[in-house]
Amino acid sequence: MSRKIDDATMDNVEILAKLALSDEERERAREEMEKILSYVEKINELDTDRTEPLVHILESGNVFREDEVTNGSGKEESLANAPRKKDGQYMVPKTV
Amino acid sequence: MAKQYETVIGLEVHVELSTKTKIFCGCAATFGEEPNTHTCPVCTGMPGALPVLNKKVVEYAMKLGIAANCQINRYSRFDRKNYFYPDNPQNYQISQLYLPICHDGWLDIETASGNKKIRIHEMHMEEDAGKLIHDEWEDCSLVDYNRSGVPLIEIVSEPDMRTAEEVIAYLEKLKMICQYLGVSDCKLQEGSMRADVNLSVREVGSETMGTRTEMKNLNSFKAITHAIEGERARQIELLEEGRQVIQETRRWDDNKESSYSMRSKEDAKDYRYFPDPDLMPVVISEGWIEDIKKQQPEFAPEKAKRFQQEYGLPQYDASILTQSRRMADIFEETAGLCGQPKKVSNWMMGETMRILKEKGMDPEELSFTPSHLADLILALERKEINQQGAKQVFEQIMENDVEPISYMKEKGLMMVSDDGAISRAVEEVMAENPETVEDYRGGKEKVLGFLVGQVMKKMKGKADPGKVNALLREKL
Repeated sequence: MSRKIDDATMDNVEILAKLALSDEERERAREEMEKILSYVEKINELDTDRTEPLVHILESGNVFREDEVTNGSGKEESLANAPRKKDGQYMVPKTV
Repeated sequence: MAKQYETVIGLEVHVELSTKTKIFCGCAATFGEEPNTHTCPVCTGMPGALPVLNKKVVEYAMKLGIAANCQINRYSRFDRKNYFYPDNPQNYQISQLYLPICHDGWLDIETASGNKKIRIHEMHMEEDAGKLIHDEWEDCSLVDYNRSGVPLIEIVSEPDMRTAEEVIAYLEKLKMICQYLGVSDCKLQEGSMRADVNLSVREVGSETMGTRTEMKNLNSFKAITHAIEGERARQIELLEEGRQVIQETRRWDDNKESSYSMRSKEDAKDYRYFPDPDLMPVVISEGWIEDIKKQQPEFAPEKAKRFQQEYGLPQYDASILTQSRRMADIFEETAGLCGQPKKVSNWMMGETMRILKEKGMDPEELSFTPSHLADLILALERKEINQQGAKQVFEQIMENDVEPISYMKEKGLMMVSDDGAISRAVEEVMAENPETVEDYRGGKEKVLGFLVGQVMKKMKGKADPGKVNALLREKL
């Protein structure tokens, strides 16, 4: 293991991911993330100075649709799996 | 001596595009519909749903970029901006960070202190978020995803503005260009144009930038002006007290006329941007750019010049009429129909503007048929109606787009051209006022005005005063 993720970084990642991990979960996540980092560091060993940055994995581009309405009301289908709803809207914990 | 401070302002403006559909799916992008009716697996962020880019959004972004003197990136790409909030069902917003469609442009603005160039850092395409409303009864929030996925263009300026006046001039210019292009209606109140103000202060003469704050929730030019003045004062006060400005996002409360801290500003790295693998890059050829350039409309400055040359309008009229494309189009069509450009201009700048202002409407909302105003002007010319009656008819044209001639007939506003009827009224007035008639005949010509007035009264104003005058003189 080339590098250790410190507690402050773990705290910040938890906040960004909106996760509250138990001590056990936290250690497992730390280990997995450290593995990912060392994998990326392996790639960093390659000399890419003379390689053009890749914009997209696929060579082609310009996949478009025309500006025509093709969807009807999706209200029922969209709300079908909502755990809580009211007046045709999703109900979620209070924001702001 | 007290320190002198300079305000440094940059803007992030979002304009909602007036496409028929959303940016990545075939749901209608219309405003004000029943909640969640315009939703599908793509714009509600269902796992596995795949976005497909609306071609019109790319074209609108190119149009706006070209109009604002930007460079167009031949290769552009979408990135995911990650954050968790219920208005964002995918948990990321599809936006452009690394390769935005347009960059390095500028707009000329005009203020009382002269002309100034405001540089544009970049413009990018992105999707709007859903709408959250607070439900007091249940103490929870309700989410409507109709707006989720509505196309936006974000226009990021350089920190080139120094006063609220410059900020308003820049926004007005941007709004006018969008309206001329037909890419957005730019209504601040309805949220189809939103401006976030980045502001810092520094001592006059200083080269380094102060710490900036970002202000959100500014939905009128008045709110923007107040927020700029308030934030400038707040930051100067902190510095004068030897304290520091904290980089943060502040929300403006227009009722309290003050701002409060929303959150300390996330770093770009906290959004963990990365390329969206679901969307293919946008490749723009020279030919495509040329096509768009050919379609660009005539903008206000050229139009104003042409109006002066082609229609002989004063510079003042031409510049006012071209502030709105809708207004300019109505002027031009009406002038073509009745052949009296200066009269059309007077109606547009006088009554039309007055009524718009009274109703708090934007000139872009004008919806009357040009031939109706043309017919009214011609009826005035033929003296079929007097000025006062014409104003009354015009209000109805503005309100209900009425056909003026039939409306005049229906409401009895037509002038009486029948000489017989006027003659009879003249004779009646002479019979009712024998002394005045004698006075006139005795040389007191001034009483003629009184007699004309009496006849007009009898005709309920619906006679040509010139004709009444002539008939009276004849009979006296």
